[in-house]
Amino acid sequence: MTAAANLLSDPFNLVITGVGGQGNVLASRVLGSMLTQKGYSVTIGETFGASQRGGSVMSHLRISSKGTWSPQIPKGRAHVVVSLEPTEALRVLYEYGNPDVYVLCNTRPVHSIAVISGQFKYPEQDELRQWIRDLSAKAWFLEATGAAMAMGNAIFANIMMIGALSAADILPVDKDTFKDAVSNMMAADKVSVNCDAFARGADMLLAEGISGA
Amino acid sequence: MSELIEGKPGQRYLLMGNQAIARGALEAGVSVAAGYPGTPSSEIIENLAKVADEANMYVEWSSNEKVAAEVAAAASFAGLRSLCVMKQNGVNVASDFLLHLVGGGTRGGMVIVPCDDPGALSSINEGESRHFARMLEIPLLEPGDFQEAKDMVKWAFELSEQIGNLVMLRSVTRLSHASGSVKLGALPENRPRARFRHGGFVLDPQEGAVTSAPVAYKHVLQQEKLEKAESLFEDCPFNTYTGPENPELLVITSSACNLYCREAIEILGVSDRAGLLKLGTTWPLPKKLIRTHLENCSKVLVVEEVIPFLEENLKVLAAELAMEIGPRTIFAKRDKTIPSVGEMNPDYVIAALVKIFDLSYEAAPADYVEKAGLCVMAGAPGRDLTFCPGCPHRASYWTLHNVLALDNRDGFICGDIGCYSLGMRETGYYALKTMHAMGSGTGLASGFGKLDQFGMDQPIVAVSGDSTFFHSVIPALVNAVHYNADITLVVFDNSGTAMTGFQPHPGLEVDAMGHDAPSIDIESVCRAVGAQTTVCDPFDMELTRDILLEKITGKNGVQVLIFKQSCALSPEKKGKPRYEMHLDENICIGENCGCNKLCTRVFKCPGLNWDEKNQHARIDEVICAGCGVCASVCPTGAITKKERA
Ligand code: SF4
Ligand code: SF4
Repeated sequence: MTAAANLLSDPFNLVITGVGGQGNVLASRVLGSMLTQKGYSVTIGETFGASQRGGSVMSHLRISSKGTWSPQIPKGRAHVVVSLEPTEALRVLYEYGNPDVYVLCNTRPVHSIAVISGQFKYPEQDELRQWIRDLSAKAWFLEATGAAMAMGNAIFANIMMIGALSAADILPVDKDTFKDAVSNMMAADKVSVNCDAFARGADMLLAEGISGA
Repeated sequence: MSELIEGKPGQRYLLMGNQAIARGALEAGVSVAAGYPGTPSSEIIENLAKVADEANMYVEWSSNEKVAAEVAAAASFAGLRSLCVMKQNGVNVASDFLLHLVGGGTRGGMVIVPCDDPGALSSINEGESRHFARMLEIPLLEPGDFQEAKDMVKWAFELSEQIGNLVMLRSVTRLSHASGSVKLGALPENRPRARFRHGGFVLDPQEGAVTSAPVAYKHVLQQEKLEKAESLFEDCPFNTYTGPENPELLVITSSACNLYCREAIEILGVSDRAGLLKLGTTWPLPKKLIRTHLENCSKVLVVEEVIPFLEENLKVLAAELAMEIGPRTIFAKRDKTIPSVGEMNPDYVIAALVKIFDLSYEAAPADYVEKAGLCVMAGAPGRDLTFCPGCPHRASYWTLHNVLALDNRDGFICGDIGCYSLGMRETGYYALKTMHAMGSGTGLASGFGKLDQFGMDQPIVAVSGDSTFFHSVIPALVNAVHYNADITLVVFDNSGTAMTGFQPHPGLEVDAMGHDAPSIDIESVCRAVGAQTTVCDPFDMELTRDILLEKITGKNGVQVLIFKQSCALSPEKKGKPRYEMHLDENICIGENCGCNKLCTRVFKCPGLNWDEKNQHARIDEVICAGCGVCASVCPTGAITKKERA
């Protein structure tokens, strides 16, 4: 275990959000294990109830060198939001955002039944991006689901987003930490494809530029 | 997770609260664990079941919580340590047995772990279990973080053996389902041999018969046990204080609220004004300890969830002490300093402290919040829960809803809690009209079924899950048959306890530990009690519709219809779509078709989308699970299915 290096803030507060079924919980567990390995004390808060049934889901990660924090981030205090679905980013920013927050956003929409049935309209991509930019200090938009499907399964989008986060120079995690963490969590035959997804996510972020869009 | 048993003592691991509790039980050398699945408690038994063989344990998913408590108690009577686990509602079910159990006492250490769900994040009530500890007159422990969730379990077993009675350790969603860093302890080597001693003097607590009678004698003993626990609580290491010696305000809290209070004090920078007394032992309250703290401070804030349990018990103590130390001002729920319903978070504590200390605090700049609020309104359409793509319940409710409409006598469906509760919402076509405790749909239907005498002429349908059937539907079904109620019971048999993550139940050929087990066939049980029973596949929508229509139109006592189709997330189905789906854009003519977008506007499987630009439906290949049902829904035949190789 290496000693915890300095964090941009302590506790450092990160939200991973998305829609039930997108692999939110796995993403937060993987990132949490990576940071634990790095010597940080990590607290993760999540609710599982809606997790498989198409509801909005959120995991709160508190990363600290000081100890355990509340599993719920206090309002307005997120440092980073990783969103697996763009409209979910807005919902989280409303509660936990502030002018200094960074956002990493998967652009692929998941339509709720209110949209499917025609009661509401899903916003246009350009509009969505502009709102998210307005509500953040830096924002990256990645077509993670598309890239994941090209790899054979949309579910890898979650790991790609964690890969992207690792490239954004926000937290001290890289592909080696990732490999160690998933080797403990997944069957051996799944490790290499997840490592590919992680690396692909990192590349996608670097292609967008480290300073965001 | 193998860390649970392979993790090294002295090392830190990131554990979910429920894993920490499970590890605590292993470190305590628990031999038997039993429970019934229910969010947020399920991972405790699940994790123990996974390591049961290695740890030489017996672990089961019992058919309901009362049976779980009985199974665990048997182990205790035989001198072993045992654990029983359930969500808050389960304690209601188990309470009949528990009230008898605590009167007679336990032998091997026995701990009950209810996991409450403040805010009802995964429940349909936020009723809590702490008041049961007071009613049962047993000690109540509440861990205040993840490390304590592990450590206190071990302590709870020791306490149980010291007093000879059941101990309750209460968790909440934000501990059970949150994760934090936990330093592991050692695992014990040996386990005692099981033997139930019953040949000694009848009143001997270790050698005699076990019962709560004679009550007048045993109740006194029981209260002495509780007094002993209180004296042990006076210097329990899990009651901690941080803050100045004479604080302006004493914050008293327990459980996950501990973390909220700590953070609120830190954010507002008032650690020199407010002291935090975190109680790990919340019933009975350690009077001397409380007195020491009350003596030093005239104002108190109590932070807890959900009912004012700590508040009321503290007020009793404060009243008793008032003559000696003077009155105290207590801010809490009853004066609305803290909300009286729902779960807590750091912001509620911040708000309370801001009010008491007359501070000002802004979570985020007001203009930011306003802007974000407008964006959410304009850009984040609501996301109501839905059945999963490919879920059998969507097809089932589609048919149920349509058949009741066809029948046209204002029929209705009574149900209970499970994935199929979503039948109350849009995704289930609002077909479900009552929803209460497990099994209550059938009991209510049994009652409605006897109201024809008073002129009621609506068809009555009850629905139940397969796990629920074993949990509590059987007695209601027997009742309905015996009293010849005219009802139709539909059992949604999706081969597992889907809602909570696919735990096995008595209808399956495998048990919690993964061993082979004899399965109990729901159809045979229904037939054996005398109900006319038919099995069908809800994905075969036409046939299901015809059978259902016939069942509800006849007046023939209890009819059972078993809808057999496994959950879309079941291990045999997940990631393996049965059909390749195709939507012919030339046949789907959208708004111009008489169906008026039946598939998306009404059926609403998330695997379907409406393409506004081109005015036709689309299959979303990321989401569609390939169940093939929408092909039967589309009236024009635009959607077709092809069996995958
Ligand atoms: S978990 Fe299974 S039963 Fe529950 S909504 Fe999803 S598919 Fe249906
Ligand atoms: S086949 Fe049709 S009903 Fe089944 S999951 Fe796909 S879109 Fe939904």
